[in-house]
Amino acid sequence: MKKYIDILINGLIKENPVFVLVLGMCPTLATTSSAINGLSMGLATCFVLICSNLVISLIKNITPDKVHIPVYICIIATFVTVLQMLLAAYVPEVNASLGIFIPLIVVNCIILGRAESFASKHGPIESIFDGIGIGLGFAFALTLLGGCREFLGTGKIFDLTVFPEDFGALMFVLPPGAFITLGFLTAIVNKIRGVKN
Amino acid sequence: MEYLLIFIAAIFVNNVVLSQFLGICPFLGVSKKVSTATGMGAAVTFVLTLATIVTFLIQTYILTPNDLNYLQTLTFILVIASLVQMVEIILKKVSPALYGALGVFLPLITTNCCVLGVAIGVIQKNYNLLESVVYAFSTAIGFALALIIFAAIREQLELVELPKGVKGISIVMITAGLLSLAFMGFSGVDGGLKILFGI
Repeated sequence: MKKYIDILINGLIKENPVFVLVLGMCPTLATTSSAINGLSMGLATCFVLICSNLVISLIKNITPDKVHIPVYICIIATFVTVLQMLLAAYVPEVNASLGIFIPLIVVNCIILGRAESFASKHGPIESIFDGIGIGLGFAFALTLLGGCREFLGTGKIFDLTVFPEDFGALMFVLPPGAFITLGFLTAIVNKIRGVKN
Repeated sequence: MEYLLIFIAAIFVNNVVLSQFLGICPFLGVSKKVSTATGMGAAVTFVLTLATIVTFLIQTYILTPNDLNYLQTLTFILVIASLVQMVEIILKKVSPALYGALGVFLPLITTNCCVLGVAIGVIQKNYNLLESVVYAFSTAIGFALALIIFAAIREQLELVELPKGVKGISIVMITAGLLSLAFMGFSGVDGGLKILFGI
């Protein structure tokens, strides 16, 4: 059991995909204009990651080495299509606000990266835990970034008003704010990690 | 005139990297030197234009008539991946000089989300074939422009003494933010041009 918890913690903190591994930057920057958008993107990616990790670890022994990348991409694209249809059917508003970044989960390097470096070398249960850990780490980072941007830009967090909107700096909701907020958040994370080391 | 408008809007107003956030990974990864940035920019321009033509034709003549729209993501990514591989093989045979210049960047392009993003984007925007080609080409030019400017800034940044915490990816992000802020100055230019040309 301790092994699985270690894998989970590893994904959430030690190898946080956004702050430490710096992977999957496109959705991180593009979908975090508010905390709720960041959270939904994070959970969507988490779903695809868990499913693809599971399937890839199950078929790792029968995949010929030469074609393993195309095989992985097909598996990932299949789950993304499933996700796209589920979102369009049950939560159309999430589908509309995330837009083109749902199909673009296919080219999110976190998913192919975990398939290559973890799922193709470990068993199915460990791979599921790795998917949950990394996926939640990604969701956490996106929610944090989305929350910071929403707070600085409009004075709200999860649509709850903290200070009046007139005092917000609109720039943080716009594209430049994404880069700058992520830059400072990474600096803070670096500082905290540095203290630990 | 409409094509000129698409061209200017895609390069400056809705820059693919700085305001649409597509292709951030190569933007951060290969922007350490101006020469590599130029090579990457050229490779992306080539592949993006080609891939958009191919995926557009597949969408119009295979997927839409047969009601197979749900296979869009899967088909496009496979087409792009095999196209990149094919371009690599052909270039190696036909033009070794060009292959030498672009070769190392080609495999990286498969996972460049701006290729898939533009391919899906032109379908969603209901562009016709010529508009799609112009849009894809100008998006790629916008990508190359942002990449080269950014690489030039980073070359200078190497010489600066930085606080410990912001070293590495952090200062790169903040710089990109400032560059994106500068590009926001172009917003509204497309609207002005529309009035000017009377579209």
